[in-house]
Amino acid sequence: MKTENQRAWFFVLPVLLLVAFNALIPIMTVVNYSVQETFGNNVFFWQGLDWFEQILRSERFHAALGRQFMFTGLILAIEIPLGIIVALSMPRKGFWVPVCLVTMALPMLIPWNVVGSMWNIFTLPNIGLLGYFMNDVLGINYDMTQQPVSAWVTIVIMDVWHWTSLVVLLSYAGLVSIPDAYYQAAKIDGASPWKVFRYIQLPKMKTVLTIAVLLRFMDSFNIYTEPFVLTGGGPGNSTTLLSIDLVKIALGQFDLGPAAAMSLIYFAITLLVSWLFYTLMTKDDAQ
Amino acid sequence: MAKITLSNLRHSYLPNPTGPADYALKEIDLDWNDGGAYALLGPSGCGKSTLLNIISGLLTPSDGRILFDDKDVTDLPPDQRNIAQVFQFPVIYDTMTVRENLAFPLRNRGVNEAKITERVAEIAAMLEVEDMLDTRAAHLSPDNKQKISMGRGLVRDDVNVVMFDEPLTVIDPHLKWKLRSKLKELHQRVRATMIYVTHDQTEALTFADQVVVMQEGEIVQIGTPVELFERPQHTFVGHFIGSPGMNILPALVEGGQVMFNGQAVSLEGKVTGSGGVTQLGIRPEFVSLSNAGIPARVRKVSDVGRHAVVETMVGETAVKAVIEGNLPEQGTEVHLAFQQNQTRLYRDGWIATEVVS
Repeated sequence: MKTENQRAWFFVLPVLLLVAFNALIPIMTVVNYSVQETFGNNVFFWQGLDWFEQILRSERFHAALGRQFMFTGLILAIEIPLGIIVALSMPRKGFWVPVCLVTMALPMLIPWNVVGSMWNIFTLPNIGLLGYFMNDVLGINYDMTQQPVSAWVTIVIMDVWHWTSLVVLLSYAGLVSIPDAYYQAAKIDGASPWKVFRYIQLPKMKTVLTIAVLLRFMDSFNIYTEPFVLTGGGPGNSTTLLSIDLVKIALGQFDLGPAAAMSLIYFAITLLVSWLFYTLMTKDDAQ
Repeated sequence: MAKITLSNLRHSYLPNPTGPADYALKEIDLDWNDGGAYALLGPSGCGKSTLLNIISGLLTPSDGRILFDDKDVTDLPPDQRNIAQVFQFPVIYDTMTVRENLAFPLRNRGVNEAKITERVAEIAAMLEVEDMLDTRAAHLSPDNKQKISMGRGLVRDDVNVVMFDEPLTVIDPHLKWKLRSKLKELHQRVRATMIYVTHDQTEALTFADQVVVMQEGEIVQIGTPVELFERPQHTFVGHFIGSPGMNILPALVEGGQVMFNGQAVSLEGKVTGSGGVTQLGIRPEFVSLSNAGIPARVRKVSDVGRHAVVETMVGETAVKAVIEGNLPEQGTEVHLAFQQNQTRLYRDGWIATEVVS
């Protein structure tokens, strides 16, 4: 006989309250704003899905979304292969292992806004070390405050500098877990270095790479602080990524309704793409 | 298929070895005949895996040469030696199917597809894995994975030697027996030279025609399973092989007589050499209880089914006997008799009696 009682609910209740307090209620507030209009004085008018329609039709949103996908696409296309290459070339044992690991971890320990300020000072034309070097030594016209291309190159390199280490460390963890016997067997089987990578290292790194891709996707798709500190979204709107645009609408123009609708769309896109990545990268395991 | 010769082989993992203690392998001279089934037996850390890796080319020895059919291969990398190795943990290529796994060594060597198909089918039949050829290798059970990694070795028809490095470690006990007989059967069919490394005496003795017993980087004895059991050349072999191992008892040689605990003991033959530390060796199977002989007290009786192991104390020394039939009570006084032609003397560990033929 199975006895049933409802006591279990009491154990879940504290967590439920906590999650409600810090996640459900704030999200529901956003949902609440997204379907209403206010002219102040805490008076709200029902607006239906108008804000959503407006955002989805707005060219400004399309442009920001386009920039966002371009940024994230570049980040993944550079950081994932680069991270794997660096991890492959790191030593597996000996004195240099801890040195490499700590050096790799350093950029990740620096707070976002500090990274932004650092790179701002570093790249300022004429006074920044890199800016001076590019303009006055190499003679390349480089100014991230004036030229969109320079600004883009800078925010991408900054992110690569800041976050490639994460991919390196995760890939490295996958690599060191491969027993020596695999490499020995591959040698005996006459496998080329490329085949060793393709059939041993890559499959063994797959789980950690899935995590790396997901983390880098989510982080770069939601990135705010570093480009904001570095370029403030400029020059013009050229580096105004989704989150920067969102903050402009919500806090700059104080359009709470459209901003709330945009947040929800933004959230839905992040969730959907993450789900796609996860499903695609793990579909082989399920067979 | 090839004959393998190891000549004056030594290996140290240190860059500048000084004394013998720095060597993981000390002075190995060995000939392995073409098509033989050999086992390297010894406890963990005795150097057997080092020796195996030297033969496969994963390690280059500090000194000495390795010859395959009188061809010096010491400096050749593993893929040019035409060897196959099966590791302790099954190595398979997870993302490939079983078929692709078996074809992999051939593809890497540029063998034509028709030949590959033929060889893979042949090996799959031999290993009885035809029905799983198109499954992803990652989904196989450990024993099947181990079969596939064996298959990758056997699929090449130019293999000089197939080496097994404790291949049954991760296999369930009830499948170990099956896989072991499969191995034996494979050896009889392909007639490749096979070397089987293990610390498990049952595996070594059932697989091999010739067993090489190693201890601390040295070969202690090479012989057939029967030879190792009946006439261990060294107390280590006597102790390591057999269950329970050989009784090794302190003995004194006094005026042509060998004394154990004050009693004269007759040996299989004439004593050779002199000096050193002398010990008696007799297997528990050849110790019996009798009316007269060496007085002993029964300390423990363990019935292991077919027979019982009786542990007795002669003075301060434990002597084990394997007894069938009537068992003595614990604590009773008995007399032990040693079968003369199985009683040997060891001097500093090495055998020091001659066989009377």
